[in-house]
Amino acid sequence: MSVLIDKDTRVICQGFTGKQGTFHCEQAIAYGTQIVGGVTPGKGGGRHLDRPVFDTVAEAVAALRPDASVIYVPAVAAADAIFEAAAAGIGLIVCITEGIPVADMLRVKACLPAHTRLIGPNCPGIITSGACKIGIMPGAIHRPGVVGIVSRSGTLTYEAVAQTTAAGLGQTTCIGIGGDPVHGLGFIDCLALFEADPATQGIVLVGEIGGTEEEAAAAYIREHVRKPVVAYVAGMTAPPGRRMGHAGAVIAGAQGTARAKKEALMAAGVTVVDSPARMGEAMASRLARPC
Amino acid sequence: MRLHEYQAKALLAAWGIATPRGVVVRSPDEAAAAAAGLGGTECVVKAQIHAGARGQAGGVRVVPHAQAPEVARALLGTRLVTRQTPPGGLPVDVVLLEAPVAAVRELYLACTLDRRGGTRVLLASGAGGMGIEEGAAPQAWPIDTVRGFSAYEGRALAKAIGLNGRAVAAFGELTARLVDLALDKDALLVEINPVLVTADGELIAGDAKMEIDDNALFRQPTIEALRDSRQGDPRDEEARMRGVQYIALEGDIGCLVNGAGLAMATMDLIAAAGGRPANFLDVGGGTTAQKVAEALDVIAGDRRVKAVLVNIFGGIVRCDLIAEGLLVAARRFERRLPIVVRLVGTRAQEGRLALASGGLEGDVTDSLEEAAQLAVRRARAS
Repeated sequence: MSVLIDKDTRVICQGFTGKQGTFHCEQAIAYGTQIVGGVTPGKGGGRHLDRPVFDTVAEAVAALRPDASVIYVPAVAAADAIFEAAAAGIGLIVCITEGIPVADMLRVKACLPAHTRLIGPNCPGIITSGACKIGIMPGAIHRPGVVGIVSRSGTLTYEAVAQTTAAGLGQTTCIGIGGDPVHGLGFIDCLALFEADPATQGIVLVGEIGGTEEEAAAAYIREHVRKPVVAYVAGMTAPPGRRMGHAGAVIAGAQGTARAKKEALMAAGVTVVDSPARMGEAMASRLARPC
Repeated sequence: MRLHEYQAKALLAAWGIATPRGVVVRSPDEAAAAAAGLGGTECVVKAQIHAGARGQAGGVRVVPHAQAPEVARALLGTRLVTRQTPPGGLPVDVVLLEAPVAAVRELYLACTLDRRGGTRVLLASGAGGMGIEEGAAPQAWPIDTVRGFSAYEGRALAKAIGLNGRAVAAFGELTARLVDLALDKDALLVEINPVLVTADGELIAGDAKMEIDDNALFRQPTIEALRDSRQGDPRDEEARMRGVQYIALEGDIGCLVNGAGLAMATMDLIAAAGGRPANFLDVGGGTTAQKVAEALDVIAGDRRVKAVLVNIFGGIVRCDLIAEGLLVAARRFERRLPIVVRLVGTRAQEGRLALASGGLEGDVTDSLEEAAQLAVRRARAS
């Protein structure tokens, strides 16, 4: 079991024939992902990576019946690509693109149909270990197992993956929710999915400065999550008022500090590690303990 | 990207929002003529820097016209230190002279982002000025992304913060124009604090702060022209030109990391090991050997740096290629600079071997915590 995607998930790619789309689809296919085709306006009717190319998502949907779409188009066209996928009825949209204007994401947020799930943007994507990789994460560090991972940061997700693999725990599904201030699925959505997934025994949550999503997650965990949760929050030493690489990683006034987030998570019974090197061992010890 | 007060006020004025009569000056000589032209007997001299709390630091003063040139002279060409600036302060290249406004009341008004709600939001308070930071939380009014904002909502907000009479209608107009400006310019923040309420219910923007979405600058060509690079650290500007995500800090351990989250985590680990990072630097999750080499050049060019910590999680990017980039840049070092490399992920073994055989003078490890501890030790010793 896993959440959102598995070995049978049929995936199309928007921006399929571009450099990023090509490279990451090759990697995804090698991992075993069912990449069934793609979309590049103007290149419809051709083939790429031995798969059909369409001009529009609607045409791709009619021909291929995909469950998910992964978006590798430039930031200027990314909101348009999300809207196109949603309008064509795709249920799971994974947007990897970094640098989308906030105003565009506000429009997406306001207009996305309730039944459409968006992951990202500005994220590594989603992977179910050993089954389906939709995104730019390195497949080789993942092992099928029992830990669900949700994170605002790409490479910190890889740290959590490598550590849970090394600890012999492995992962069910890893979801990068992205580093932008306005994004699709959030911590709470993913916590609910992992809590409901029988194969997931523990959850690693990787947060960072900016916003109040970790605090909201803490309140949700306290009420609704019975599985052990381990968390790390990056940015204890980040100066206030500066955007730390991610558009959403900024301490505004007294809001968004790593300290406040850690305290909220600890108060909700989450094991919060001070070092990003200790997520795996903390989860191992939580899972060894009878709950 | 942040704007200066005088730049933000010019935009407010262009959107029909009242601002005090003012003149921008860049030299004391300009100040004399400018002050006289404002009318009245006194003027407000305001240092233009990208930070607040200027008043308590002497950056905002009300003086008789005759003294304006001398106050401007004392500010121009200096660095103003406030509790919101870096320790070294920020350069005062421009001074704004304004006619004082007789206000009966000061309000707070801002249009910003509600991350949790996923909308823009208006924040307003009947207690503006310096009190807003300590005072009660402002009233929040979410802005419907699809429908937009209508002046009646501003009037409702006016009643909610205790306005009466002519100021209610004026506040409706003000808020509608403010939201319009924020949307048009892709602003993440437009803040007017204080909004000055005059005896006859007119509303005037006493101070203004504006931040534009960096991701939207490609469609805001007139905003890019307002960039004042001198308000940032010169190291930040050099890195920006090279396309590296960089933020200058006060310590002595240079950091080169792939991924923003891991870069922040690396700073935290250095602090936990008793050291201080000289910078935040993210070369990107899917970086290349060449970008790593260029980023290392930026770090080595900072004379404050006594040791470098390179932390790369090779995902899609191969560690052996990263190692080549590091060796190229390390050979270009113009001084002895200890380097600690933590290299893990795809082909990490080959990468570490390449560093050893390439003669890199430094420590190579696969442990995150050990890397931070080593970097702190090397910085202390050098």
